[in-house]
Amino acid sequence: MSDSSHGSEGHIGHVLPLSILIKVFGCLVALTILTVITGKADMYGADLAVAMIIATCKASLVCLFFMHLKYDRPFHGMIFLFSVMCVGIFLAFVALDAESYQEHIKDFKANEVADQQIGE
Amino acid sequence: MSSHDNHPEGVAHHFETAEQQFDSGKLGIWTFLLTEVLFFSALFVAYTMYRDNYPEVFQFASQYLDTNLGALNTLVLLLSSFTIAWGVRNAMLGETKMLTINLIITLICAAGFMVIKAEEYGHKFHEGTLWGGHEHSIFQLDASKVDPDIAAHSKAWSNPDGEFSAAVKDLDPAFRQKLGIFFGVYFCLTGLHGIHVLIGMILLTWLLIRNLRGEFGPKNFAAVDFIALYWHLVDLIWIFLFPLLYLIS
Repeated sequence: MSDSSHGSEGHIGHVLPLSILIKVFGCLVALTILTVITGKADMYGADLAVAMIIATCKASLVCLFFMHLKYDRPFHGMIFLFSVMCVGIFLAFVALDAESYQEHIKDFKANEVADQQIGE
Repeated sequence: MSSHDNHPEGVAHHFETAEQQFDSGKLGIWTFLLTEVLFFSALFVAYTMYRDNYPEVFQFASQYLDTNLGALNTLVLLLSSFTIAWGVRNAMLGETKMLTINLIITLICAAGFMVIKAEEYGHKFHEGTLWGGHEHSIFQLDASKVDPDIAAHSKAWSNPDGEFSAAVKDLDPAFRQKLGIFFGVYFCLTGLHGIHVLIGMILLTWLLIRNLRGEFGPKNFAAVDFIALYWHLVDLIWIFLFPLLYLIS
């Protein structure tokens, strides 16, 4: 078992070398610092996109290495991607639904202002 | 185990092999993590819709969150994720002492996260930067309904040092009322996340006790692995929460 830091011989799971764990941790810290810097700087309207790209990179590192998905059975990764996909569908449908009511909200607000003016 | 002479040690009777038992557990924890993602997604969708409808509210309210404390908490959680991932490696290799150390560091980080979070929450209660429905919230449509004691010492309310872009008391009442939405979303998201951290701390303590009893080793590390996966998910959620709440500019 002395040479077991690589590969999964004699183990059910995959043993991740410590060097990879340290490197991943270093990357995560660097990306956190980067996201604070870009978050405070003026990114010309791309703030949210930049922040989300960095967060997705960080999340991918955590999933692939800390959560072992890179070495695990692909099915576990599929379960996780499936959950993310469901969130996407959820978000898309809510956005679509909210969008379809915008006209009504505008009309309602316009009527409200008109009512107030009549009242005055 | 006496009725099954050939049954492997540490494997429940309904499993053929240790590998089958481990795989079943792993499938179970991943399915659980799927439900966790969906659980949080409701709040993330609420966040998205409110931010989409009131971008100026989110931009204004975000200045009341301390970015440095948020970033510090991100680093604390990342460190805990690293130590628990290392802990899984320790358990797989039978490095019991190192596993104990890593579990303790993970627990300290989790506690540190909660202390920083409590500090932030305490500050918000002191300042009255709370969800709109709270009696001590300064985000009231009618300024006369704001608690005078809170208003007297709240920097957000009067902005005495010019620290913020405007004093809440001088804002348009309709806009002021909407600021409560941001803090409603903030407290729900960070609160639910905080509950997960607390549950994680209980689970980590349980792992620590079991490890001190010498229960973990190369043949039995499933509990460490599965709780580590849960802990990483808690970290993942925070990775998204931090920029979404603290870094709106």
